[in-house]
Amino acid sequence: MEALYLLIPLALILVGVIIWVFLWAVKSDQFDDLEGPAHRIIMDDDDKVKEKPVNTSTEKKG
Amino acid sequence: MTQKQPIKPCFHCGLPVPEQLDIHVTIDGKNEAMCCYGCQAVAQSIVDSGMADFYKFRTKSSQKAEEIVPEFLQQLKAYDNPQVQKHFISEGNEQVREVSLILEGIVCAACVWLNEKHLNALPGVISASINYSNHRARVRWDNNRITLSEILESITRIGYLAHPYNPDRQQAVIEKEKKQQLRRIGIAAVLGMQIMILAVALYTGGWWGMEESFKQMFRWLSLAITTPLLLFASSPFFSAALRDLKNKRVGMDVPVALGIGIAFSASVLHTVQGSGEIYFDSVAMFTFFLLSARYFESSARKRTAEATEALLNLQPAIATQLIVDSDGGYDHQKQRSVAVTELAIGDLVLVRPGEHIPIDGTIIEGSSDINESLLTGESLPISRTINDSVIGGSTNTESPLVVKVDKIGDDTVLASIQRLLDGAQNRKPAIARMADRLASKFVIIILLLASVVAIYWYQTDPAHWVAITIATLVVTCPCALSVATPAALTAASGQLARLGLLPTSANALETLSKATDFVFDKTGTLTQGNIRLVKAVSLTDDDIEHHLHIAAALEAGSEHPIAKSLLQAAGATAQTGEAIKVSQLDNKAGAGVNGLIENTQWYLGNINYINQICTQNISSAQLAEHRINAMTLVALATEKKIFAVFAFDDELREEARTLIAQLKQQNKTITLMTGDNEANAQRIAKQVGIDNVYANMKPADKLAQVQHMQQQGAIVAMTGDGINDAPVLAGASVSIAMGSGTQLAAAHADLILLSNHVEYLYTGYQIARHTRKIIRQNLSWAFGYNLLAIPAAATGHVDPWMAAIGMSASSLLVVLNALRLTRSKN
Repeated sequence: MEALYLLIPLALILVGVIIWVFLWAVKSDQFDDLEGPAHRIIMDDDDKVKEKPVNTSTEKKG
Repeated sequence: MTQKQPIKPCFHCGLPVPEQLDIHVTIDGKNEAMCCYGCQAVAQSIVDSGMADFYKFRTKSSQKAEEIVPEFLQQLKAYDNPQVQKHFISEGNEQVREVSLILEGIVCAACVWLNEKHLNALPGVISASINYSNHRARVRWDNNRITLSEILESITRIGYLAHPYNPDRQQAVIEKEKKQQLRRIGIAAVLGMQIMILAVALYTGGWWGMEESFKQMFRWLSLAITTPLLLFASSPFFSAALRDLKNKRVGMDVPVALGIGIAFSASVLHTVQGSGEIYFDSVAMFTFFLLSARYFESSARKRTAEATEALLNLQPAIATQLIVDSDGGYDHQKQRSVAVTELAIGDLVLVRPGEHIPIDGTIIEGSSDINESLLTGESLPISRTINDSVIGGSTNTESPLVVKVDKIGDDTVLASIQRLLDGAQNRKPAIARMADRLASKFVIIILLLASVVAIYWYQTDPAHWVAITIATLVVTCPCALSVATPAALTAASGQLARLGLLPTSANALETLSKATDFVFDKTGTLTQGNIRLVKAVSLTDDDIEHHLHIAAALEAGSEHPIAKSLLQAAGATAQTGEAIKVSQLDNKAGAGVNGLIENTQWYLGNINYINQICTQNISSAQLAEHRINAMTLVALATEKKIFAVFAFDDELREEARTLIAQLKQQNKTITLMTGDNEANAQRIAKQVGIDNVYANMKPADKLAQVQHMQQQGAIVAMTGDGINDAPVLAGASVSIAMGSGTQLAAAHADLILLSNHVEYLYTGYQIARHTRKIIRQNLSWAFGYNLLAIPAAATGHVDPWMAAIGMSASSLLVVLNALRLTRSKN
């Protein structure tokens, strides 16, 4: 049980780090737009595939 | 009966393609049909800029695109004026500038993607980012390489509308408040989890046995973690409870603050004593759950504020002032752009065609047709000339006007409509007040009960009185009760928002689900709100296209809305055919035009005019034969023969008929109220199947009629569009505004329909009913649970930890039940 004397301070430090990261995220507007990035990442990917139509067609043949 | 042709939807906006129209855009190798030239131009420019993927990504049809008129571009130029930019530009120097834009027409994520791509591809734009949730864009650009008006124009080219706006101080306060709430929830969650870990250890330790030194250490640790949580995250409850008590009221916050307060002080006492239960986990749990519920609530409220703020920016912000010489003369060339607020009575303002009239005034030069449909509901533009007065907010459709400013600020018609609206709104929250009273009674009962419990147990079992009192306060903590409704409403709002139906008030859905009467406005609600050629019939063997060309040639110079829609319809084929030369063109005001084409005198005008001139007459039987039944008819004829009839109409929204039929099936009373004349009202009513029609209604009449219906016990759901509907919308039990129309009306409605699809109203009604059912289930669960739990807790059969688990399980159940709303397809 003595491990607790090490684990508890560790847990508290971790909590401190998590809170610091969370406060940073709120401060830098990470929660302003919760939907946009999810859509954006999918659409931008598709766009790159479209730029190289030759590659996709050869892949299909192979 | 003739077979009805299947209606083809426009590939761009999804609205039906008119029968006579055949225009296409090639998208991904396929020819896709378009419903109008606006949509065609927009689709073409999206394809041309290599962003045809937009059509693959989007999950909803785009908004119907308008054609860009040169006057509109002229108007945009005013935004390049440094004096005007001063109001909008948030930061920047001579060269690099930044502006915030409100984007209109965003319906799904693909729209955001398209706009972002498009803006970032413009040379001179340094960065552009769009917030998906509030449709705001932030654009930085290099003023040496591109101007603001060019940026705005390029957004218009892909079918959206952008307005620069000035984020005001109130907005900044709301933003800050939201962030603070987020911080509180986050910290309550993280610290709360730590406290729960320790609490679980203590509970299991209490069961299996645990060394006293560890128990004591866990107590002190819990205290150390709970203190910052209490001071930071729980502080809103204490300040709200204090405020309530100062005002001699009892709100939901009082038992919450009391419960948290007693739980915390007792826990501190027990920690110091080194014996007894601690309830720090309960403190964390209440705080987290309640903060989350409130966050949902305030997010919904914030949306309302955004709509209101957006519409303020939509009123014309700038005007073109003409500089008056010392001798009182003026020159159209000597002009400057000024903010509307800077105008004074007696100033002269130039209003170009297509522009909004910025302020109430009198015409001193020029004559034009003014579209007042936003203010009066009149669907056709009214012609106004020198010495006539014009209303700020109406649209000049035809030719330039010089207007002398008569009224400013609070004296304008627009401002008085606003006041009427405020009055109607103040009478509204009767239901809300009743809910408040009930809630406060419930809270008083809880408090009384808790004190009785405390006194009783203090006398009979002093060791357990704290635990039992807290258990009573915790078990009856209005958590499940207060979460029951907002959780269901939030889930329903999300579902509705996906349809483009935004609820802006808390009781919108509740009332909509109970509505017995549905009242509709005509112009812009059941109809499209603009005049279009709906049918062209050739009365000879010749092709109708040929007649259309002749008619278009005769009308080529005119700016009348009918002429415009005729030209628009002829436009597709006119490019291929050779230009038709017209000579001796003569315009008979209010009747028609005539002109000489290849030695034939042609006449184009209304039926009376043609019947006077032509030896052949059009009979109503003839019209019936071709199934022509429209608002305005125009015939093309020579002196001997009638060649073609063109029918124009403010086109009915196809979806309206389905909507009315569905509502009728639910045994709803459906009424049409319009400012338009009896004949037009009856015709539209017949087409969609409405029996109760009120025509020639002024805004005040509509309001009176709605109030009369309400006195008879009806719950009235009013659907409207236009500022003139705003007082009625506010007076109705529940109001739905067409958001694509006037933003002012939209902001004060309970629900805003962002798309043109009125049929979603029925889906909205179904969701509202489903929501009501879920709220009822939730509330009966919450009451049932409390009914069982309160006696159990008061008699000392519930430990605080059981109470906390019961309470959180109860609220979890309620939230999960509400989440079912997000899964329903209809």
